Amino acid sequence: MDGNFLSKLLDSNDYLTQRDSADHPAVNCPIERWLECATELKDNHGFDLLVDATCIDWFNESPRFSAVYHLFSTTSHQYLRVVVAIPDDENPSVPSVTSLWAAADWHEREAYDMFGVRFENHPDLRRILMWDSYPWHPLRKEFPLAGHDTELPDEEVRKETGTPVIPAPMAGGPFAASKHAGIMSKNEPRGADESWSEEKEKPN
Amino acid sequence: MSHSDKEITYDSKVEGGVVTSRLDSIINWVRSNSIWPMPMGLACCGIELMAVGASRFDISRFGAEVMRFSPRQSDCMIVAGTVTYKMASAVRRIYDQMAEPKWVIAMGACASTGGMYRSYATMQGVDRILPVDVYVSGCPPRPEALLDALIKLQKKIGTERSAKQLVSA
Amino acid sequence: MATKELSMGDVVSRSAEYEQEMDTEKMTLNMGPSHPSTHGVLRLVLELDGEVVTKCDPELGYLHRGDEKIAENMTYNQFVPYTDRLDYLSPLANNVAFALAVEKLAGLEVPARCQAIRVLICEMARISAHLLGLGAYAMDTGALTVFMYTFTEREKLYTLFEKLTGARLTTSFTRVGGVARDLPEAWLEEVLHFIAQFLPVVDEVDALLTRNRIFVDRTKDVGVISGEDAISYGLTGPNLRASGVPLDLRKDRPYSGYEQYDFDVPIGTVGDCYDRYLIRMEEIRQSARIIQQVVETIPEGLYYAEDAKKIFPPSKEKVMSSMEELIQSFMITTQGPQMPAGEVYFEAENPKGALGFFIHSKGGGVPYRLKIRGPSFCNLSILPKVCVGAMLSDVVAILGSLDFVMGECDR
Repeated sequence: MDGNFLSKLLDSNDYLTQRDSADHPAVNCPIERWLECATELKDNHGFDLLVDATCIDWFNESPRFSAVYHLFSTTSHQYLRVVVAIPDDENPSVPSVTSLWAAADWHEREAYDMFGVRFENHPDLRRILMWDSYPWHPLRKEFPLAGHDTELPDEEVRKETGTPVIPAPMAGGPFAASKHAGIMSKNEPRGADESWSEEKEKPN
Repeated sequence: MSHSDKEITYDSKVEGGVVTSRLDSIINWVRSNSIWPMPMGLACCGIELMAVGASRFDISRFGAEVMRFSPRQSDCMIVAGTVTYKMASAVRRIYDQMAEPKWVIAMGACASTGGMYRSYATMQGVDRILPVDVYVSGCPPRPEALLDALIKLQKKIGTERSAKQLVSA
Repeated sequence: MATKELSMGDVVSRSAEYEQEMDTEKMTLNMGPSHPSTHGVLRLVLELDGEVVTKCDPELGYLHRGDEKIAENMTYNQFVPYTDRLDYLSPLANNVAFALAVEKLAGLEVPARCQAIRVLICEMARISAHLLGLGAYAMDTGALTVFMYTFTEREKLYTLFEKLTGARLTTSFTRVGGVARDLPEAWLEEVLHFIAQFLPVVDEVDALLTRNRIFVDRTKDVGVISGEDAISYGLTGPNLRASGVPLDLRKDRPYSGYEQYDFDVPIGTVGDCYDRYLIRMEEIRQSARIIQQVVETIPEGLYYAEDAKKIFPPSKEKVMSSMEELIQSFMITTQGPQMPAGEVYFEAENPKGALGFFIHSKGGGVPYRLKIRGPSFCNLSILPKVCVGAMLSDVVAILGSLDFVMGECDR
């Protein structure tokens, strides 16, 4: 059924192109036809459930970002993946589909938070997972897993504790000791932190 | 009541139920056996914390079953779960709202050191914002481990100079 | 003293006067991120008119630990423990969902015994998750006893999990291409024994809650979600089915051999908090049914895919005797199992709803992008709609009935 459905869809909408996929039917959609395509998929093909919407950062390629949507039909139980390449690398933006699927609201906010991709006409586009003043978009490829220095979101607590947001200790990667390992206990990232121990008073 | 250290003793020769003791040990005895925890259930460890409170492990055997979600009414914050930077402010605020004397148990690897979450969003150990009294290892720790931590905390409270602190406060 | 009788008209005109005089303004109430009914670290900013909620703004991210970024930095099997901590009420089911997604990418089929084991542990995880959900929900609405009942049963389940996996909660039992080890001796009998003594307890909980006047009053016709809304907001799992939408991926897109088992999918009619409770109650019984069938029909055979040569390191004997196998073992251990390039999306019907993994692989041992679709994330997105117009105390019932876990919501 999968292949049949896909070829029909491609025939009736010539702007769509087939996309390589290891499982469900997948199509590429040009960004200027995306809203039209989404409306068509929802109204005429029964894709009433937006299960997931996210982005991929291709980093050194151009176009740098793609928006990836997974649609599901509660009647025919068919999945469809639609990928929209975003041409603008500097200020990526893509039309929002919140008017079609209410579920898109939070998914798009998350994609904005993690990738910095703007969704045009989104009713309330702000960060959802990180705090509002967080300066980076963590899932971009140039952002390191350990993170960057910044400040805690709450000013009062920031002053009281004097604790900034610091990169997580990695020592070569998650769970990997460094190649020039000396004594393991000294190499363990937390081992280096001696801000307070049994000997030293704990800070108040 | 501990019999071994003879700090609190009942002398049967003196009539009328008189107990002689040091003020410190009385205060500490009272405090350590009525710890009211503030369950800071942040993540997976929170489920084991619930298990400690439920029927099989029954934290009330140690006088700590009165889980209070209001920081004003609790003495011991059990930080159970991953503390993210976003949550850190809330954790610290709740700690600040707790009345003295107060203690902190860091339950599990995440609360103690960041655990397996070495990432941009996770605070690498709640001890960066709070003074922690007892660390519990495990991901998540077994309920027995938390009970053990509670007993350790009780012992620690037993060594405090409470009377002096009360006078100076 | 002359008394003046008040007529109805006077009262009305007076109250109108008062209303003009009185300056009413809406109150903003902050609920969470540390609140007993938010089941973790959800924060709601509520705008109240008296006791009625006029606006609800959920604030997430208090448990955002960066799982997706971590996944891009480690091999597929290394990521399995992180899936435990998504929905930490049903780690076994999360492991299975992740393994199935990766196996789809690798084009692997696991043997029938492995599939049966996976179905078995998924359903046990479902029971354990629903038990906690029910207990916490009942506690939120004022019935503490149920919590003790369900936790007693959960402890028995944990004992079984521990025998199988070695851990109570964070099990990490599934591997890409199989499960970590075969079932322990006589474990299946213990499972059957558990189910036999467990079903009467479910009836007892049923008797405690289903016709409990207080519970019914607090949940019936509260937080009604229509079927259209549920679909539009992307709800899945029991929350969607309570709204009358018959969607269960175990039936509609069977995976891991679910089509062999006979079970019913309960569907709600109203979509209120009470319906969501009833659905979970029935799902527990249906899961027990599936477990009994699996135990009866579990086939003999291997618990891992034998042809997954590129995923499992070769056996010790071969590594010691053959150069090629030695190299292969070294590569798998240091760089992880090599996966083909491609894109897959797989959703499994987890206790909370459809847990999805979208993997884009460029080949090699680590995913280029791994997106986790947490069902709780989508289920919570309906809060701003469903809370408006509800009383403040209803918000607690609504939250409890949506039965969410912040671990998979914030990831």
